[in-house]
Order: sequence, then structure tokens, then C-alpha cells
Amino acid sequence: MKIPIVYNLRNLISRKLTTGLTVLGIGLVVFVFTAVLMLAEGFRKTLVSTGDESNAIIVRKGSNAELTSGIPRSQTNIIKTQPEAALSEDGRPLIAGELVVVNNLPRRSDGQPSNVVVRGVSKESLLLRTRMKLTKGRMWRPGTSEIIAGRSVAEKFEGCGLGESVAMGMRKWTVVGIFDAGGSSFDSEIWGDVEQFMDAFRRPVFSSMTVRMKDASQFDAMKTRLESDPRLTVDTFREVKFYENQSQNLGAFIKILGLTVTFIFSFGAMIGAIITMYSAVANRSNEIGTLRALGFRRRNILFSFLLECLLISLAGGIIGIFLAFFLQFIDVSTTNWATFSEVIFGFKLTPPITIASFVFAIVMGFAGGLPPAFRAARMQVVNALRGA
Amino acid sequence: MKVLKLIIKNAMRHKLRSGLTAVGIAIAITAFGLLRTIIDAYFIGVEASSDTRLVTRNAVSLTFSLPLAYRDKIAKIPGVEEVSYGNWFGATYIDQKNFFPQFAVEPETFLQLYPEFILSQEEQENFIKERNACIVGRKLADKYGWQVGDTFRLTGTIYPGDWDYVIRGIYDGRDPATDESTMYFHWQYLDESLNQTAPGRTGQVGVFYVGVNNESDVVPVSDAIDNEFNNSLAETKTETEKNFQLSFVSMVGTIITAVRIISIVVIAIILLILANTMTMTARERISEYAVMKTLGFRPRHLVGLILGESTAIAVAGGLFGLLWTFLLVWQFGLFLTANVGSFFPVFELSNTTMVIGFCTSLLVGSLASVFPALQAVRLRIVDGLRRID
Repeated sequence: MKIPIVYNLRNLISRKLTTGLTVLGIGLVVFVFTAVLMLAEGFRKTLVSTGDESNAIIVRKGSNAELTSGIPRSQTNIIKTQPEAALSEDGRPLIAGELVVVNNLPRRSDGQPSNVVVRGVSKESLLLRTRMKLTKGRMWRPGTSEIIAGRSVAEKFEGCGLGESVAMGMRKWTVVGIFDAGGSSFDSEIWGDVEQFMDAFRRPVFSSMTVRMKDASQFDAMKTRLESDPRLTVDTFREVKFYENQSQNLGAFIKILGLTVTFIFSFGAMIGAIITMYSAVANRSNEIGTLRALGFRRRNILFSFLLECLLISLAGGIIGIFLAFFLQFIDVSTTNWATFSEVIFGFKLTPPITIASFVFAIVMGFAGGLPPAFRAARMQVVNALRGA
Repeated sequence: MKVLKLIIKNAMRHKLRSGLTAVGIAIAITAFGLLRTIIDAYFIGVEASSDTRLVTRNAVSLTFSLPLAYRDKIAKIPGVEEVSYGNWFGATYIDQKNFFPQFAVEPETFLQLYPEFILSQEEQENFIKERNACIVGRKLADKYGWQVGDTFRLTGTIYPGDWDYVIRGIYDGRDPATDESTMYFHWQYLDESLNQTAPGRTGQVGVFYVGVNNESDVVPVSDAIDNEFNNSLAETKTETEKNFQLSFVSMVGTIITAVRIISIVVIAIILLILANTMTMTARERISEYAVMKTLGFRPRHLVGLILGESTAIAVAGGLFGLLWTFLLVWQFGLFLTANVGSFFPVFELSNTTMVIGFCTSLLVGSLASVFPALQAVRLRIVDGLRRID
């Protein structure tokens, strides 16, 4: 016969302070664990969602970021003739040449300068980026010093809000529109007319060309053709893969650091649980003896104490995940060394992460509760009743 | 001394519990030490900065270059002692995982501006003589088992193509904070090759390194340089080497803040564990405290006992923790290097961190005993004797 769960619950409640401290300890560890996974996932998601499944991006051979790439017009003209390109409504091939530069602009929060990606785009660029939506204001007028800013840049950098202006490349540019790029890294960029930027920054070459393919399966054929053409020195990537690669280093660092810290913490939390449970067992030796005398088996005792510990860790897990949930309202911005520019991302809680955190909490509870539970189960009835 | 003996005996009454608590504290101190070391590692460039060196870059951002012609104009400004220049090369050595910094510099002036890179006379001369020679830091050389005379190839990203070098010197850092994981080669080598492959990109410099005569020249020289090139096609921003390094740190400001917050959380966790233990201990001994009060022990004696026991456990944990921190920092450094390349050029446990770690364990030891001690002080003897559990 199983020992009623109420017994465990009441015991936990009667020693409120100790239980509370242990639950809090486990909760903190689960919180950090979940936060780290959420951060790495948020970062990865921001970069991955920057790419579109049907798009391919072409950069100079050997470059792994648009910043270090440069494709001269002689080559871009050849690239523009690729047959895999889908056509726009007015029959133009959807191939966009873009210029990417980085500008050092002051942040609103502390006035410190940080690098912001400034992208010169062609007319086709907006058609290629289906997740891009202009939420405020309007597009720039051709031939003017007007620009549009991503949602996060407008929020976080001085002079980048609607109607404000920012000085770049010896000219003053006015922000006439704000766009939302669906949480991708484009939200952290400033966009303008590529011809204007080429002139202002004196960079007469495109950084990259993005192609929308009629069919994503045509990628390999296009890649082979472009890379074996002796007139071109380019590398071709699926857009999703290209941007995902840029998240590798920083994402790996976040994960390594975070998980190391969590791993260490988890031992701390387990020890907290073990201490609590051992003392619980010691204090309740009379009860244990009584239960045995009443006829409960050793394994019932074992499960009962194990369950008590699991209840603590489950409570801690719920608290930890609950608190971590609210992190999703916070934006994090840091410099991604791969692109040498600031990227603004957030925490993302996904079902796999939630499950992982619960499992983590349960494992901690199990590991912490097993030794004391064994001790409780192994007690000799006579010693227990004597009140050792 | 009797008090000390009593404290230790009390702690040993529950060997397992005291032991586990000490281990818990040790683990937390270890984490704390690791996090502080990470923050130190981010600031290492700042530490290694000189007060009489300035860095001049393009005002738009570091990714825009400056014309080589600026060199002579900068050199003429009063207060300037030496001018050198360099370009971030950013190439790949076999695989992206093997990241390390590479710079194309003007060799003679660069070595004069950076006396903290120690080379033998012969190594210096050989480096300056040969066009495709390079010098590498001791840490970098050790990582790949390079010796003077070895050759290797880099695959360019910013400057495409294959680049071959021969190592003519391995430099040691003069100070502990000096970076030893960078490779430096001739700017001329880069420029000449660009002349062949991409003539439009020649004569462009990434940054100018400017040495001034003394600290008081820093501000006037910085202003003079930036004024000189104001309203030109490539406006400059000149700052002290320290601020230049700090700007990199501020780029990852969020990560550093997060690590700092986690450090505080760690302390909180230690406090919780220890407070938990002391609370349990105190609860068990309520009848003992009542007896002691009856015998005439003053509240301060009880507080001393509780405080002493708490601190004893904390100190034991702290000492263990410091030992483990050594090991963890070492292993973590190796792990990072293996997976993410030369992320932190210097990753070492500082003495300050160890001292702070130990003091933290002492502080925590005291804080955790506050509540149980208060309880013991406020205890009415009759209540304490009445308790059975």
C-alpha cells in the first residue's frame, strides 16, 4: 500500500522556511538553465529567420559575411542573367544587388557608439524579403537622402526614429519610415537606396546578390553554374544557411558559457536538496519507524521520500520556468563578431526548452532525493522508533 | 580556544550535512570565480593599453579605411613621437575554428611603438628584412607547434586569395596582460599583392597607431588629428588606446552585464544553501540553547557559536572552491580555445578574484547565521526547554 501523498505535502508545508529555501534554490537554477537555452534559441532564431527558404545569396568567394564581400558590376551583370530567378509581376527577374556597410552610431541607452548595419538595397530587395513590412511612414523617394530604419534600430539608436535624422558618410539622412522584419536581424538594420549609398560611402561594388528562385530545388543547379563560371569568383549559399552560419560562433559561446554555469549551479541546487532531505529523514525517524511498524514496506518509504523531493524540485522547476517566461519581454543587443555589427534579439521559450527544463528539474530532484530516501528506507524499525 | 573547539565539534556533529554544505559553497565559489575570470578576460585589452598611444580610425566605422597619405600629415603634428599603421586581415587558417587575429603592419615603426612585444635582435632584423615574414605570439606558436622558420598559409576573406608566410620571430609579452596570440606581417606584402589583383584597393590603411611624447599631449594631439581631416573624404576619429579597447568591450556590454548578474545570483544561491543548513541546525538545537541560557551563557555567546559554525563551514567551502576554480578556469579556457578559437587571448585566474572569492565566503558565512542567531537570542528559555522535536 502506498503512503498517501498528503503525508509528504503536509510535511513540506510544516517546515515552510526550509522547504521554501530549497524550492527557491532549485527554482533559481532552473531559471538560469532555461534563460540560457532561451537566449541561444532567440539568437539563432533571429538569424535564421533572416533567411527565406526560396532565396539564395551570392557573395565573393571566400567571404562568409556580406561585410567582407565585394562583387564588381562586371560580375553582377552576369549573375543577373540566371534562369532560376523568379519573375516579379512586371516581368523583372527577382535578383537584388545590395551593399552592406557598417556605421558607428551612438546608442540611446548610454550614448556609447556601436556598429549598425546599413544596407543599400535595390527595388527588387523588398519583393524578395516577404517578411518585411513597412509599419510607419513611407518608403524613400529615389534620388534623395531618405532612409528607413528597422524596428529595433529606431528604438535603440539615436537619430534613427521616425522623422529623426542621422549623419553618415558626410551626408544627413532622414528616417521616413520604420519597418518590421518579423524578428529577423533586418530589424537591426538601416535600409536605403543602394545607388545613394554607393555614392556616399564611395563603395562602388555590391556586397551581395540575393536571388529568389522559382523553386527552391533549383538551388544546386544554379550553384554549380555560378561557381564553375570562369568569369565569376563567387560562392553561393541558401539564404537560410548563410545567416545561420553567422550565428554559430556567438551562439556556441552563449551555450557553452551558460550551460557550464548551469551545470555547476545544478550541483549546488542538488546539494541543497540533499541536505534538506537528509535532515528531514533524520528528524522524522520516529515517523518512519511507526510507518514500518504499521506495515508499510521499505520500498513504500523509499518512494515516499523520493516523491517528496520530486515535489520540491517540480515546484522549483515551475517557478523557474514561470520567471523565465517573462524574459521574453526583454530585448538583448550585442555585437555579433561574424558580422561585426550589433544584432538585437530576444529570449525565445519553445516547447522543447520547457520540456528540457522540467526534465532538468526532475533529474535534480531525483539525484538529490535518492540518497536520503535510501537512508530512510534502510532504517531499522527498532532504531527508528527509539528516536535515533 | 575552547570556543573554537566547541564550534568545530558542533559542525562535525552532522559530518554529512556540514560536508555537503561546504561542498555546495565550494561549487558556488567556483562558478563565481569562473564568471569573474570571464569578465576580466573581456577587459584584458583595456589593461594592456598604454597611456601614450592613440588609435586613429575612420569616423564612419572601423570597417572603412584611411588613405596611407594621412601618415605624413599625422607625423607633422606637434606632440607626435611615432606613427605606425595596420590593417585587420581577418583570414582563415585551414578552418574557421582556428580563428586568431592577424594584422598587416608597418614593421619597423610598429615594433618601436609596441616595446611590450619582446623579440631578439636577430628575430627583429629578419622580420623587417623579408617581405613575406611574420611574427607570431608565443601562445599562438605553442598552440600550433610553430617554430621560427616554419611556413604556413592563410586563406583571405577580406582580401581574397592564398597568402603564404614564413615565421621569422616568436614574440613574448612583457606584461601578463600582453596579448600573445596575434600574428603580424608586412603591410607592404598586402599592398603589393593588391596592386596585382585589385589595384583599386591599394594605399588603404585600417588604423593609424600614434605614439605621443607624454600623457598631456593625448588630448591636444587627438583633437589636432581629427581637425586636420575634418570635412575630408575620410574623416577620422582618434582616441586613446584604452578607449579604443573599451569600445570593443562596450559592444558586448550586454553579455558582460548578464555575466555580472549571474555572479550575483550565484552568491544568492550560496546564501540560500548555507542559510538553509544553519536554520535546520539551529532548529535542532533549540533545547540546547535553552539549557545554555539557563546555565548563564549570554546571548552574545550563542551568537558567537552560531556565527562561528556558519563561518567555519563557509571558509572550508571557500578554500575548496578556490582550488576547484583553478582547475575549472584552466579547463574552460582549453575548451573554449578548442571550440571557438582565440576568443580570449588571455584567460587566467587573477589574485583579486581569489581574494574576493574567499572574502565572499566569509561574508556569506556571517550573513547566513543572522536569522538563526536572532532566533536563538530571542528564545525564551521556557519555550526552548518545552520543545521536544
